[in-house]
Amino acid sequence: MDFNRYQRQTVLKDFGAEAQQKLKDASVLVVGAGGLGIPALLYLNAMGVGNIGIVEQDMVEITNLQRQVLYTEGDLGRSKIEVVVERLKAQNSSTHLTIFDTFLTRHNALEIIAQFDIVIDGSDNFPTRYLINDACVILKKPFVSGAIQGFEGQLSVFNYQGSPTYRCLFPNMPNQEEIPNCNENGVLGVIPGIIGNLQALEAVKAITGLGEILKGKLLLFNGLEHSYKTIHFSLNPQNTAIKKLLESYGEGEDACEIGGSISVEELEKTLKDQEHVQIIDVRSKKEFQHFSLPQMKAINIPLNELEGRTNELDTQSPIYLLCQSGKRSNMALGILKELNPKLELYNIVGGVDRFLALASLGTAKKNSSDLSKGEVKS
Amino acid sequence: MTILLFGVTKDIIGSATLSMPSSSEFGSKKSKTVKELKDYLGKMYPELKKLSSLAVAVNNSYANDDTIIDNFDEIALIPPVSGG
Repeated sequence: MDFNRYQRQTVLKDFGAEAQQKLKDASVLVVGAGGLGIPALLYLNAMGVGNIGIVEQDMVEITNLQRQVLYTEGDLGRSKIEVVVERLKAQNSSTHLTIFDTFLTRHNALEIIAQFDIVIDGSDNFPTRYLINDACVILKKPFVSGAIQGFEGQLSVFNYQGSPTYRCLFPNMPNQEEIPNCNENGVLGVIPGIIGNLQALEAVKAITGLGEILKGKLLLFNGLEHSYKTIHFSLNPQNTAIKKLLESYGEGEDACEIGGSISVEELEKTLKDQEHVQIIDVRSKKEFQHFSLPQMKAINIPLNELEGRTNELDTQSPIYLLCQSGKRSNMALGILKELNPKLELYNIVGGVDRFLALASLGTAKKNSSDLSKGEVKS
Repeated sequence: MTILLFGVTKDIIGSATLSMPSSSEFGSKKSKTVKELKDYLGKMYPELKKLSSLAVAVNNSYANDDTIIDNFDEIALIPPVSGG
């Protein structure tokens, strides 16, 4: 390790070469490379955290740019994880980066999180937040939680050496009607920058043992009043007794691409492995005729006709729902689930757009045998 | 009694803080609990009742429904937020 590079922090009496070595040996998983994840990633990478994992499957969109400051106009339409890896490698070539080109789901969460010492929750929806909590409790991993809304932010380190968990503060996941979700509510661009940086700071403290960890305390930041308020809370032992993940984290009604959903990559594998896969394309007849993916052999039942045409579904097999972007198919999932809760339903995340984007991304990813996970060592 | 509002509770009530009048508002001069306060606020602002995971802090400590509160306490209503 080039200690000269980190001289400005190793010179600190309370930090020194010893803490620097701890950073180098540490592994941190950042879930979400968005408003919170990006500042956290940039600083952890700059400061010399040796192993960083990133979970992300979104593309860069124009509305991301006001707060997700790593992305540029030239990155629009590119996969976030690709851009992030490019920039982090340029920033610090000695970091070992592990990328998970997927959303965190109840099927992969334990396997992914188990590989790291500490998790930074930079997700943007409740299902993922509760999933991270439960997985970290099961695996006994600490996680640094940051969340934002409007001009406010919340920060806490949960499950750190037996400290209270997210469920000790908010026992149950709110439903969709209660709290604005999935970026429906606005946020001032700089607020996630502040909270994401504080998450990086808490992660560094947790790794090095420096200072006092924000455990059993919730920091409430208000950017307009510039107030930092700290609420103390204690452990409810019931919440550390979690032994397995829930069957569902509220997908369907509140599916921010989690559970009850399948990525295009996973679906392509399923298509390869199975003779018959039931894919229902809920776009309009016109859209379907204009463009469809021949390999899918999808049946077209437009969303507005779905309720009247359920007799066309094979209810004994899994039903994969497709549309252009993944939104209408998600609504379709909600409709079918309400009609028959027993159906095995999957929303194809990102829809036709995602298929096309992947197809145009070129060969690098296609050649990888496991598309959901890749390792980058530079 | 001052009530500090965070997240969506600020939008529901329409301000950042709420000053509660004296104990007579509760129809009782006895000690009040967090539960009673929540019920009272729920009547005034029905939208608040929809929040199933609302944390309440009394003097900067997480409080349960049966936590006793008085006029000098500072209360905070803290819903979870999910943005990233």
